[in-house]
Amino acid sequence: MTRVAVIDHGAGNLVSMVRALERVGAAPTLVDQGSLKAFDAVVLPGVGATGPAMRTLNRAGLSAELRSFEGPLLGVCVGMQLLFESSSEDDTECLGLFKGKVESLEASPLPHIGWNSVVTESEGIFGSPASEELFYFVHSFAARPDDDAVVTAWTTYGKDRFASVVATGHVTGVQFHPERSGDAGLDLLTRFVATATEARHVA
Amino acid sequence: MLRKRVIPCLDVKDGRVVKGTRFVNLTDEGDPVELARRYAAEGADEICYLDISATPDGRSTMLETIRDTAATVFIPLTVGGGVRSVDDMRRVLRAGADKVVINSAAVQRPRLIQECARAFGRQCVVIAIDARRTGRSWTLHTHGGRVDVHLDAIAWAARAERLGAGELLITSIDRDGTKDGYDLALLRAIRNSTTIPIIASGGAGRPADLTAAIVEGAADAVLAASIFHRSEYSIAEVKADLASAGVAVRGIT
Repeated sequence: MTRVAVIDHGAGNLVSMVRALERVGAAPTLVDQGSLKAFDAVVLPGVGATGPAMRTLNRAGLSAELRSFEGPLLGVCVGMQLLFESSSEDDTECLGLFKGKVESLEASPLPHIGWNSVVTESEGIFGSPASEELFYFVHSFAARPDDDAVVTAWTTYGKDRFASVVATGHVTGVQFHPERSGDAGLDLLTRFVATATEARHVA
Repeated sequence: MLRKRVIPCLDVKDGRVVKGTRFVNLTDEGDPVELARRYAAEGADEICYLDISATPDGRSTMLETIRDTAATVFIPLTVGGGVRSVDDMRRVLRAGADKVVINSAAVQRPRLIQECARAFGRQCVVIAIDARRTGRSWTLHTHGGRVDVHLDAIAWAARAERLGAGELLITSIDRDGTKDGYDLALLRAIRNSTTIPIIASGGAGRPADLTAAIVEGAADAVLAASIFHRSEYSIAEVKADLASAGVAVRGIT
């Protein structure tokens, strides 16, 4: 069974992600310290505020573990934002796996809460080009990648069009919550776990 | 485009749904988890549990209910009732809730809003405002609408936003249970003085009421209990009415 580490950075709802991963046939474990080497894949979940989350990761030594992890890594919501270089939320230095900054959305009302369209533009593990699906969002900040080439899907809220899926190599970030997006979300997690299973067999 | 949300609300006491339900073929119609699963399958955009237990035992039963819900219901879960501290909120979130509703405790100690927003991010802090109309304004009430705290509800909404609220759950005490429709003037007054999402509550009697709350009241989401539990309206019927008024909803293209 595919062993997935779900990073516990101290705040918010992690149960939903753990249960969703179990539902799609993976074996998730909550991890708040130590090595990630024993895992086939890692999910950096999306709850809490950026500053406290990053401080917890740094203190637990997990920042270095995440930067050097070679298997499939999925950042969700705040977890996606942590993959970038810095965030203007709490003025926080982040993991830097993607070039770019996290900034406040420019729309109202904020936070952006609810189901919105995710329009896939280039092929990734999360859908074929030109597909459109609804996922659940709850956030006020969004990543602004330096290079749009890492963006595989976009979402528009008000007049703000932001990157809702980014991918490069083994690292993927999604701004929405697949664990809270019904069947569409479970399908996405199924594909993520499948890439981890494949990667393990190749290795 | 962001869809407007339809949120069925379940009042839960000691782990059981306390209002009657319309589902005749549930194995256990008092089981909140089974009802939540049913609403999710019908197209609910989010589920809300309001814990009306008055005892510590009831509260810990609620945490069990949240855990059981998270295991089978994969849409957002908002939970309110009895949250008085950052630790209370942490327990509810870590059991599997996505957002937490705070009511009386925030009125008694407004700094609680700030503390919770700092700890968990403002996106999961929902402030409930129970408002009663008095002449041309609305006064804030707590403890399920029983206590008048002599504050202007609109001013409190703006203050809650400044302190870190991520969303407002606005209940009209006058309309609650009447099925006469939401207090649209109240919703508009809150909209005009805040910039965070608003969930309308209190007064839904038919699908057109929910549509009015969004179209005329400028609400971002509508919450209703008895019309889903007791009468003939399904979530799909409510969404069809919204769609016919030109409102973008999930599940109807």
